[in-house]
Amino acid sequence: MSKHLLDLNDLDSDGIRELLHLTDLFVEVSQRPIPKVPALRGRTIAMIFFEDSTRTRMSFDLAAKRLSADVLDFPTHTSSLSKGESLQDTVETIRALGVDALVIRHGSSGLPREVAEGVGETISVINAGDGLNAHPTQGLLDAYTLCQHFNEVAGSNASLSGIHVGIVGDIKHSRVARSDVAAYNALGAKITIIAPSALQPDDVQNWPVEVSDNLDAVLPNLDVVGLLRIQKERMGNDAVTSIADYIECYGMTEARANSMRPEVVITHPGPVNRGIEIADAVLDKRPNVLVNKQVTNGVAVRMAVLFRMLGSGIEID
Amino acid sequence: MADRERRMTPPYGGVFVARTTVLDAAQVHRALTRISHEIIERNQGLEDVVLVALQTGGVEIARLLARLLFEIDGVDVPTGTLDVALYRDDIGLRPVMPEAETDIQIDLGGKIVVLVDDVLFTGRTIRAALDALTDFGRPRAVQLAVVIDRGHRELPIRPDFVGKNLPTRRDELVDVNPEGVLLGEMRK
Repeated sequence: MSKHLLDLNDLDSDGIRELLHLTDLFVEVSQRPIPKVPALRGRTIAMIFFEDSTRTRMSFDLAAKRLSADVLDFPTHTSSLSKGESLQDTVETIRALGVDALVIRHGSSGLPREVAEGVGETISVINAGDGLNAHPTQGLLDAYTLCQHFNEVAGSNASLSGIHVGIVGDIKHSRVARSDVAAYNALGAKITIIAPSALQPDDVQNWPVEVSDNLDAVLPNLDVVGLLRIQKERMGNDAVTSIADYIECYGMTEARANSMRPEVVITHPGPVNRGIEIADAVLDKRPNVLVNKQVTNGVAVRMAVLFRMLGSGIEID
Repeated sequence: MADRERRMTPPYGGVFVARTTVLDAAQVHRALTRISHEIIERNQGLEDVVLVALQTGGVEIARLLARLLFEIDGVDVPTGTLDVALYRDDIGLRPVMPEAETDIQIDLGGKIVVLVDDVLFTGRTIRAALDALTDFGRPRAVQLAVVIDRGHRELPIRPDFVGKNLPTRRDELVDVNPEGVLLGEMRK
């Protein structure tokens, strides 16, 4: 496995399973009276977030701290980047400070990969979300949450075989959807993406999925409904005429939730637009809504990723 | 040494070839019986005694000790397992195996913890285990039981209960299982 985690499509299914199995270990660590281990003592991890993020950033921060690594927060708004320093020079500076890993989020698809190619194997680059491209730790934590739900742990042979997952919402503009599809597909799940045609990706025929624009038609077949966040700024253009229309066709309303078998699982990567993707009552009262579980597992998944990239020594032979 | 370490740990890699049988099954059983009596004697009973087995070599030994303690004293001693991989000072040189599970269900605060391992060698595993234990509470005392003490200590650590002291060469390997103790080496 490479020193970098840029896109789940870079990994084969064994690589994904290995990270999920390692997550089992850190879920256990997270439940200890003192949920902190000295595994990455003396390592330094820089967080560089060019896009706003609360949960991913806090989750990486907590994961690093629970592994006893030191965390450097790079303030992108007040840094010399805003004085005109190029990103390459900034990365070079951070590297010269002696960090072991960069966790990067950026609005441009592919930027973390450029940075990774620039630094070579000297430090690890971990993608915390780039443009419309990938959000690998989200894909891993969503897959882990489903494995845990259906099998208690991921185990050494994690599988979602026989599980039918529907991913609902703005697939076209969603890096979460891309990474979820990569992870679920690696574990053998059946995947249907459900979106109005304008919000389906242009190259959808190359995805390992079935496609539908009719949630109500697919819903009775699903074991998992993965809701995506609607970006309100995209509303009102040709894609979706109004929020009311979206709720009507794709929202997890109380009526829709009541039509589903109670064991059907609902996920959402957050932050939730209450009353749009999912109704308040469904979010707060329905069993098998795994939103908080996803957040909890996010820390363990990121511990597994940081540990795998920085400390496990698994590739040393 | 645990099976996984034999396979994975550099610079070994290779196949374990046994040269001599150090203890046979009956002798292992006798040694563990004696250790059980010593644990009871030292602690004047089994009140507050908890066995914590080190992954992976100590697990089977601790299971046998728990059974013997029950036969002798009629007390079901709580038993847990501990994987110290994340606490090692040579982390990064050894693979971490998620299947080596840490499972300690009880608060260790105020307890007498008997760490159980198959072989005591450099003492580094025990050093890591002592660190790890403090994350599960503050035991009143920590004691160490091993089947084989093979010497070559690199830290000021000594066992409280020993099955057998076995002088070895550094490059030899000791394999402990309930059917016996073998001394041998890795062959490529």
